[in-house]
Amino acid sequence: MQKIGVFVCHCGSNIAATVDVKKVVEMALLEQGVVHAEDYPYMCSEAGQSRIAAAIAEKGLTGIVVCSCSPRMHEATFRKAAERAGLNPYMVEIANIREHCSWIHKDMAEATEKATILMRAAVAKVHLNAPLQAGESMVTKRALVIGGGIAGIQTAIDIADAGYKVDIVEKTPSIGGRMSQLDKTFPTLDCSACILTPKMVEAAAHENITIHTYSEVEKVSGFVGNFTVDIRKKARYVDIAKCTGCGVCQEKCPSKKIPNEFNRGLNNRSAIYTPFAQAIPNVPVIDTTACIKFKTGKCGVCEKVCQAGAINYKQQDEIITENYGAIVVATGFDTIKLDQYGEYAYGQSKDVITSLELERVMNAAGPTKGHLERLSDGKAPKEIVFIQCVGSRCSDDRGKPYCSKICCMYTAKHAMLIRDKYPDTNVTVFYIDVRTPGKNFDEFYRRAVEDYGVNYIKGQVGKVIPQPDGSLLVQGVDLLDQKQILKKADMVVLATAIEPNTDVRKIATMLTASIDTNNFLTEAHPKLRPVESPTAGVFLSGVCQGPKDIPETVAQAGAAAVKVIGLLAKDKLKTNPCTAQSDELLCNGCSQCANVCPYGAITYETKLINDHGIREDRRVAVVNSALCQGCGACTVTCPSGAMDLKGFSNRQILAEVDAICR
Amino acid sequence: MQELINRAKSLLESGEVSRVLGWRKGETDWDVEPAFFNSAEELSEFIYNGFCGANLSKYMIEASKLEGKTLVFLKPCDTYSFNQLCKEHRVDREKAYIIGVGCKGKLKIENIDAAGILEVRGAGYPDASEILTVKTLYGDREVSYKSAMLERCHVCKGKEHMVYDERMGESADTSDADRFAEVAKIEAMSPEEKFAFFQSELSKCIRCNACRNVCPACSCRKCVFDSTKFDSAQKANTTSFEEKMFHIIRAFHVAGRCTDCGECSRVCPQGIPLHLFNRKFIKDINALYGDYQAGADTDSKGPLTDFRLDDCEPSIVTKRG
Repeated sequence: MQKIGVFVCHCGSNIAATVDVKKVVEMALLEQGVVHAEDYPYMCSEAGQSRIAAAIAEKGLTGIVVCSCSPRMHEATFRKAAERAGLNPYMVEIANIREHCSWIHKDMAEATEKATILMRAAVAKVHLNAPLQAGESMVTKRALVIGGGIAGIQTAIDIADAGYKVDIVEKTPSIGGRMSQLDKTFPTLDCSACILTPKMVEAAAHENITIHTYSEVEKVSGFVGNFTVDIRKKARYVDIAKCTGCGVCQEKCPSKKIPNEFNRGLNNRSAIYTPFAQAIPNVPVIDTTACIKFKTGKCGVCEKVCQAGAINYKQQDEIITENYGAIVVATGFDTIKLDQYGEYAYGQSKDVITSLELERVMNAAGPTKGHLERLSDGKAPKEIVFIQCVGSRCSDDRGKPYCSKICCMYTAKHAMLIRDKYPDTNVTVFYIDVRTPGKNFDEFYRRAVEDYGVNYIKGQVGKVIPQPDGSLLVQGVDLLDQKQILKKADMVVLATAIEPNTDVRKIATMLTASIDTNNFLTEAHPKLRPVESPTAGVFLSGVCQGPKDIPETVAQAGAAAVKVIGLLAKDKLKTNPCTAQSDELLCNGCSQCANVCPYGAITYETKLINDHGIREDRRVAVVNSALCQGCGACTVTCPSGAMDLKGFSNRQILAEVDAICR
Repeated sequence: MQELINRAKSLLESGEVSRVLGWRKGETDWDVEPAFFNSAEELSEFIYNGFCGANLSKYMIEASKLEGKTLVFLKPCDTYSFNQLCKEHRVDREKAYIIGVGCKGKLKIENIDAAGILEVRGAGYPDASEILTVKTLYGDREVSYKSAMLERCHVCKGKEHMVYDERMGESADTSDADRFAEVAKIEAMSPEEKFAFFQSELSKCIRCNACRNVCPACSCRKCVFDSTKFDSAQKANTTSFEEKMFHIIRAFHVAGRCTDCGECSRVCPQGIPLHLFNRKFIKDINALYGDYQAGADTDSKGPLTDFRLDDCEPSIVTKRG
């Protein structure tokens, strides 16, 4: 029989304001096996933990229940406290009476009743708890960074500088990411390429960094410290070792009508291409969907003109398998598709463009060589309208409910740059709110308004109507003046909402990392663990976690690197002892558990089983507890109940359910 | 039938197989039971007729543990169960010599009773006939074959055997009904109507365990309902509807593995349409994960124990209701 102590935390007023903690203590003392119960304002504090230790010593407690916040918050704290007091840490159960109770209830009687029920369930479970011992696992001292944009590059450089090997996997032909497409960066207006390309070169030259471009993560298995990852290196059809990057193949390639992704489709590229001049590696790839050789078998110009003999049409995708201790997701973002926003005439008029397209137009290496011109007729626009929040802060399901965060600043940047370079061009910005928190951000925006005379109008645009003369009629509203506005424009720029890269869903699924309803990766704690995924060993860098600008991305990239370094610095990790085990007498040998195990922890062996006197060779499941992460997928799949999870056994869970239903 | 016996005898005599798994007459002519035959003499009791609905696949679990091969007669639909058991490593393909036996639909005595034909003493096995001649104490009577068939034959999976060593006799696809029509009818009910429907059906259950014992998917060495590891074993019922838990849990346990062989409903002495539970799961699995027929092969991954990136998200539940 267990001697159980129940400790009820007030969490200041977080719990005590809604739950009658004295009553919960009173009810706990009525439970079978409970020999001690008390409440305290802050159980997690030093004093609170001392009270637990004292009770363990005085009353000889064999198990404890702490009624407090989520176990995600303080389970580890209380387990450590119990361990210091000589109790096995797995004899501690948390009854979550904060998130699951006080925070969601208003009525004290109801909340107290629920807290009592949760306490009872935890007590019922502790009765069946058994001491568990944590094992150890080794750490592979190598990190994987998925995504080669500024976030991935910075994370990789920081990890590599600390002396650990890092691989970057980038799906496009070059690292650089979105930042490589930008012209100037706010709030200092320095050229994006000038600050990015040195970083790209640094990463490429770093002895600890291996870059796999034109590659994708295919499969991930394992767990923190011991991931095994299959990487598909897509065939470039160009030998990286031989190519000198001279670019003759691209000049001579006869298939030149393919929309250039890097320039957002504003001009064309050849079938064999490097996305941009500073690409790393500076080795082209052949787009087989456009290549005449691949489509008809007749051509082969690139092979003929290549002095280095680097072209290889027979190259195949290659899958390499590597081991990593930590994985950083830095998959970045894209702008949303504007199919649902017909009112802005995007797609109807060439002169309605997104801000990212404007970046390419303004860029000296872009389709217009940096000249601001209308894409329809090449004329200089005299009247430009910027529309903010296109798809951001959207209450219907056409767009995104969140603020894309970067648009206010880049719109101010665009407006300022245009007014600076083309003073005779009028710039009008329609906005809902101007949000400029950040160092030197508001000053930057005010400069646009005060020094450069950008016309900011608070209000939204209802419609952009292309006119027969090629101009655009912008129909909007000025909320401050309370009047309708009809404005003729030569060009309309849409501050299009950003969304996580569409591949992130696939990657998150492979990593069993959670994502929110907007496909942003979820952090382990929104405030206290912002760069860690809830999945141990998986870290987040950049916009894949939430909208952010370059300074924030770089800061977060560094933070993620620090977390990775902290992990890789360890030689061994303590493993979770709550692993699955199979009852050989009940096991059917059906393999269903092995089929669902995400960690490959279950194997089968045929062995002689003595089942109450019946001796026979049986195929039975064997769990490798070093690989098992205790997810419990096998236990719910096993039809005979042979699989059970230590610390979360079927009996324990049913006992909790029984206690709740009592 | 004599051809089957002759072939079995020759396989026994040649030593190719050590025993034969087939059917023999039970207490009545229509109450046919599965049986092992260890010698040519014993085979004189072997029968194969319209009442041989019993699926012999499950008996191969025990037969797989015996020395030598077992000759087993499997109808086309039985082969799905055999494959599924192979996939789950419960039967050993190497221990079986499979004769895929022809089938043109099996009979349900209750349907013959319902046609007013009593004191049945046997039924012919008409070849491509629409009329079934039933031998009764009062002479031969006739009934339309279709109306006497088991429910599962109206949704026949086809005349092909999924696995066999040799085939004997001809088969026919007897399907003439929509497999999911009954399920769709229940889906269309209001929650109250559904509850009332299942309450009226499942309250009939006497927990004889026939459905479980005959089910090829219910082949656990120790069923959770018998295991002392759980507190559910030997619990006395407090209401007549309590057995619903047994049936619901059983349906979950066989979901994704049930071949829809219909044995559960065939053997239920209370006439509960138990197959509807399984078929609801199959219908949902087909809708959510693509058409899947358990036991059509031995190497495909089960829809519920496989994980693909394009699997539907849990939110499908809130969307579908």
